Amino acid sequence: MPPDLSHSEILRYSRHLLIPDVGLEGQRKLKAASVLVIGSGGLGSPVLMYLAAAGVGRIGVVDYDVVDFSNLQRQVIHGTSSLGKKKVESARDRMLDINPEIRVDMYDQPFTSENAFEIADDYDLVIDGTDNFPTRYLTNDLCVLLGKPNVYGSIFRFDGQLSVFDSRSGPCYRCLFPEPPPPGMVPSCAEGGVLGVLPGIIGSLQATEALKIILGIGKPLIGRLLIFNALDMSFDFVKLRKNPKCKVCGLEPEITELIDYEEFCGVPAHDHETGSAGEGWDITAQQLAARLQDGNNLTLLDVREPHELEISSLEGATLIPLGQLAARLSELDSADEMVIFCKSGTRSTRALELMVSAGFRKVKNLKGGINAWANEIDPSLPVY
Amino acid sequence: MPSMRIPTPLRTYTAGQGEIALSGSTVSEAIRDLMDQYPDMKQHIFNEEGALRPFINLFLDEDNINDLQGLETPLGENDRLMMLPSIAGGSKQSHIG
Repeated sequence: MPPDLSHSEILRYSRHLLIPDVGLEGQRKLKAASVLVIGSGGLGSPVLMYLAAAGVGRIGVVDYDVVDFSNLQRQVIHGTSSLGKKKVESARDRMLDINPEIRVDMYDQPFTSENAFEIADDYDLVIDGTDNFPTRYLTNDLCVLLGKPNVYGSIFRFDGQLSVFDSRSGPCYRCLFPEPPPPGMVPSCAEGGVLGVLPGIIGSLQATEALKIILGIGKPLIGRLLIFNALDMSFDFVKLRKNPKCKVCGLEPEITELIDYEEFCGVPAHDHETGSAGEGWDITAQQLAARLQDGNNLTLLDVREPHELEISSLEGATLIPLGQLAARLSELDSADEMVIFCKSGTRSTRALELMVSAGFRKVKNLKGGINAWANEIDPSLPVY
Repeated sequence: MPSMRIPTPLRTYTAGQGEIALSGSTVSEAIRDLMDQYPDMKQHIFNEEGALRPFINLFLDEDNINDLQGLETPLGENDRLMMLPSIAGGSKQSHIG
């Protein structure tokens, strides 16, 4: 029997109670429901605020990060006054301010194969608001193994994707994408950027799907995927089918317990990358400054995109965006000593790997990128 | 002419173009024309064995070409293909780039 509502709850939710499809019974279902949200960033922000406002009785938030200045352009659950605060605490404070009637459980830790079962086990459904492939595959496999719906959303620049993966009655994320892209092939939002309002749109749609599932109304987005593009303002839908060969939800599943997802995806999920190419291949901003001061003849190779030069640049650097580097290697002389840099070291590490495999040996990666240079050597440059 | 919608993450390799007119009467011919127009796309779509990479899906209208006749799926004059890659973006700032 779902819990009763107090007089103050009835007033609070009156606009829900007026909808025949929700009504008192639906609102009591929401109060009895529990939802786990992985990530309290761009997607998590609208999800958490709307689920709290809607009166979902218990909401779990998993995030180990702290609020950073560059989050505020899109992560609207956090404010300037929360800078440096744990995201789970900042999110909880905002949610309880919206609605003190609900319960918020905080998980201030990375979501991993070791703790995922224990955290997710007693929630009704899971919302995937992650920013990386290892956690995305972990969330998918976990929901398949636990038999729970996984409300999926993903964003990049102006594009968004949305679906509900429920392997009991439809496909899962692995049916669509059996394997992640090799590291570096598909850029992340931190590299390629994202329109701030985009996670607001996709996250709000995720919250909508979650509420529909709890209420048992409408047609959940199972077996269909929304492809949203903000520039064209287009909403395209495609059909998704269950893949009988799917390794986790197919007829003969190979994955019957959670695996090592960082190994599977070839990228770390949780350690914030330092923009390091590894022992022997890095040069720090301090070391580079000393070398330049000593009059060393170094070629500086900037592998960022042209529009990033307007934000910050190093004098005398040659610009070849990473995407063009393979085709333009002939413009560079492998006899020259070279230091490659980007924003914070990820793209330059890839550029270095590409150049080394093409026979370049006298190349170094500027660890931490031009942001490290701005922080340590030239404070007149902004960090972005 | 059939066309293909290119998602934003892959527009780097199509000189920013999001909608590309392609000639061909099958998906395979249309993709060959895409490669001719934008050679940089090749490594992002196909693996070494010449199969579609597992993080790329191609849809003809609402249907995955894998649920039709794969690369041999016939294309009509007004058909529109949609390329769907996996994208990682979501909540947290991962401090990379």
